[in-house]
Amino acid sequence: MATTADTFQAHAEEHGHHDHKPGFFARWFMSTNHKDIGTLYLVFAIFAGIIGGAISGLMRLELAHPGIQYLGSIASFLGEKNPSFDTQLHLWNVLITAHGLIMVFFMVMPALIGGFGNWFVPLMIGAPDMAFPRMNNISFWMTVAGFCSLMISAFVPGDATGNGAGIGWTAYAPLSTYGAVGPATDFAIFSLHLAGAASIMGAINFITTIFNMRAPGMTLHKMPLFVWSVLVTAFLLLLALPVLAAAITMLITDRNFGTTFFDYKGGGDPVLFQHLFWFFGHPEVYIMILPGFGIVSQIISTFSKKPVFGYLGMAYAMVAIGVVGFVVWAHHMYTTGMSLDTKMYFTLATMVIAVPTGIKIFSWIATMWGGSIEFKSPMVWALGFIFLFTVGGVTGVYLANGGIDDVVQDTYFVVAHFHYVLSLGAVTSLFAGFYYWFPKMSGKMHSEFLAHLHFWVFFVGVNVIFFPQHFLGWQGMPRRYPDYAPAFEHWNTVSSYGYVIMASSMAIFFINVFWSLAAGKPAPANYWGEGATTLEWTLSSPPPFHQFETLPIIEDAPHH
Amino acid sequence: MIIGHTVREAGHAIKALALGLALLAAPGAALAAPAAAAAPTAAASSAPANDNAKAAAPAAPANLAVAATPTAPAIDPNNPHFKVAPGGYTPLPAVQGVGMPIPGALNVQDQYSPIGHRAKAMHDWLIWVMVGITAFVLALLLIVIVKFNKRANPVPSKTAHNTLLEVIWTGVPILILVAIAVPSVGLLRAQFKPAPKDALTIKAVGNQWYWTYEYPDNGKIEVISNMLKEPGETQPGEKPRTDTDGPQHLAVDNRMVVPVGEDIRLQTTGADVIHAFAVPSLWFKLDAVPGRLNEKVLRVEKPGVYFGQCSELCGVKHGYMPIVVEALPRDKFNAWVIAQGGTIDGAPAAPAAAAPAPAPTTAAPAAAKPAA
Repeated sequence: MATTADTFQAHAEEHGHHDHKPGFFARWFMSTNHKDIGTLYLVFAIFAGIIGGAISGLMRLELAHPGIQYLGSIASFLGEKNPSFDTQLHLWNVLITAHGLIMVFFMVMPALIGGFGNWFVPLMIGAPDMAFPRMNNISFWMTVAGFCSLMISAFVPGDATGNGAGIGWTAYAPLSTYGAVGPATDFAIFSLHLAGAASIMGAINFITTIFNMRAPGMTLHKMPLFVWSVLVTAFLLLLALPVLAAAITMLITDRNFGTTFFDYKGGGDPVLFQHLFWFFGHPEVYIMILPGFGIVSQIISTFSKKPVFGYLGMAYAMVAIGVVGFVVWAHHMYTTGMSLDTKMYFTLATMVIAVPTGIKIFSWIATMWGGSIEFKSPMVWALGFIFLFTVGGVTGVYLANGGIDDVVQDTYFVVAHFHYVLSLGAVTSLFAGFYYWFPKMSGKMHSEFLAHLHFWVFFVGVNVIFFPQHFLGWQGMPRRYPDYAPAFEHWNTVSSYGYVIMASSMAIFFINVFWSLAAGKPAPANYWGEGATTLEWTLSSPPPFHQFETLPIIEDAPHH
Repeated sequence: MIIGHTVREAGHAIKALALGLALLAAPGAALAAPAAAAAPTAAASSAPANDNAKAAAPAAPANLAVAATPTAPAIDPNNPHFKVAPGGYTPLPAVQGVGMPIPGALNVQDQYSPIGHRAKAMHDWLIWVMVGITAFVLALLLIVIVKFNKRANPVPSKTAHNTLLEVIWTGVPILILVAIAVPSVGLLRAQFKPAPKDALTIKAVGNQWYWTYEYPDNGKIEVISNMLKEPGETQPGEKPRTDTDGPQHLAVDNRMVVPVGEDIRLQTTGADVIHAFAVPSLWFKLDAVPGRLNEKVLRVEKPGVYFGQCSELCGVKHGYMPIVVEALPRDKFNAWVIAQGGTIDGAPAAPAAAAPAPAPTTAAPAAAKPAA
């Protein structure tokens, strides 16, 4: 006992003198520090984002004109010898599957929740670290393992025609059971098991941290909205991911152990898989966007120099979105042959989500109303977010109508809709958060000019990519097609040009990051000025390795 | 009339809303409802089609049909339902821009079914709702950017609450949503109106990667429908696509021929994995799920050729199994049926092609078919 106490004593003294950091390997591979794990998540997400984004580049390249032009070369590059036409088409399905899975599970989720959540939830609530630092570590490494499993799947046989899992990110049975017999699909499914388990542990960690480790005086109703958003997201993860785990475990047993959960020949039902998948999949959409809501709320308030308008309404609007998000899943399945009553219910329930979402949009605008807005780069990104998310939101209300959906289900209209919400909504909020917090995390100021330039080029690029896809969908172009009728060429070509614009904006982003890491000015503790009132701005940039060794005490002044 | 109609629709909306609330209250019920709903669609006659799909020989090729107009089945010649157009069946040429996508177009395809007209009318004003809301938000953003930037307004206000405002921006969207929900429910109800009892039944079966169309009312005709390849890409013995067949990537060798102006009971099922039968210009999309028989009414208003594509990822050649619906007047449809060696639906059981003697006209089915 005595030794333990002595060691503790010695340790504590050491902290007083300098910022004690472990060696490189221990720090980055065995990390239990929420900020380091957050950094790892962000680096990982950027890495995965490069791969997922490159895949979408290959897709836009192939889709720029009718016919199959590039899939053969890509297949050869990936190691297929003299790929047949079918092998090339199979590769297409592998690409769309990988793009979806990577962007959802290994880019947006790790960046928003693992990255910014880990970094700033403890800082914002005045906690020294996450509640379960070791579990935090294993969450991250299981996500990496999941990503590796997905990468492996691209190089093992998928079905008779080629390598990789070509089942779509939704992995609908029976295409994912007896429709794709090779081990690639098992690897892809297992990667979801790993990523899902990692996210469940992360969710437990966030919920425990937020409920138990708030600094004295930091009541739930004083928490910054970003923390609220992560709290709601964590509950969604905790409730939705086990359902996915169950569904894909049944897929695995259907594939390998002769069960027939999703095979009608044994009394199963392929549509059951879709119900289970979307019971997870719809909350997943909010898992990806809610942290973005939180980030945007912080940014709007900071740069308007005003507290968030209708704070409680904003917090509980997120709770409402989370709750209603669980009872609308079958709007992804309008054409599967549901009954009239079911379809009516899901139509109306889906529309209900527009109400809390509207509250959020209007509250952001009201926060800015009467403010003294400084158009720093995070603010510009946040304004872009509001507009792009509104576009994705109104097409969502359109799609909610079961009768209208018959013409656009599984077309590019849906692709345009969910990219407006995710690629333009969630990703825009990611960049907003990145520029907001990058100097805080790195200690180096980024270039505001490049950050603004990045925004404008990105904004033009993504709109050129995705706005014309609404027209393609209305004209009936189905999604997940490598080739199409010549009538669809016009807007596909435009869309592919948009990709080039968007990709060049990413070059600006990387130049900015590397330039500022190498030569950026040192960032002061609060580089955004009077509007930045949350606790992370009371700490140095970057914050000390262990912060809040003496807990801050939150007074009654509003901190949101 | 219109008001009464609207009120009725509103009633249904309320009913569904109540159902929604019930589901919110009882998650168990929420799980039970879709399952119960699924039951009727997976109805008794879910005989999987995959057993006979590939076994059957291709239906008589369409171009042979002209020569092979055998003795027509003898039935009441005065009933237009049984009229057979002389000259057999010649495929309708595709008309550029009709029933197919148009380059650079900005809207949905022109509609050729009653549901399509109704849905498109709603779609048209929904666009303006979307544009209006987006423009409103954009305008607010611009006002905020111009009026409340640091230079124009150096001292920020500290207002953070306004109950009236919050009630308004919760209440007004609810009203807008109700205004959308009422016609939306009406549209759904119209789409779910079952086909009349004596409607022609056609079964569309999705296979990896082609469609087969079965006509159980017409003496078990089965049409196997494959995408036509471009000239220069065909194997020996294959017919290359021409422009009368339809656009590249959308034309097929054997079309799903339907009578125009009649409610058709279109059933879909999958032989292997899930496919989806979709024709954008008829506002029609229905998944073809193995082990299930989905059903929906299809009614085409005008003779013509309407193009669609498989709309559920089904494997390697998902992008290469287009759908072509050819709608013909009843007499020409009958001629097509006979050219396929089938019998006209509702005709006497005697196999038409085999019947040498003029069949007894007395057996004409008076009750069988009120020509639609």
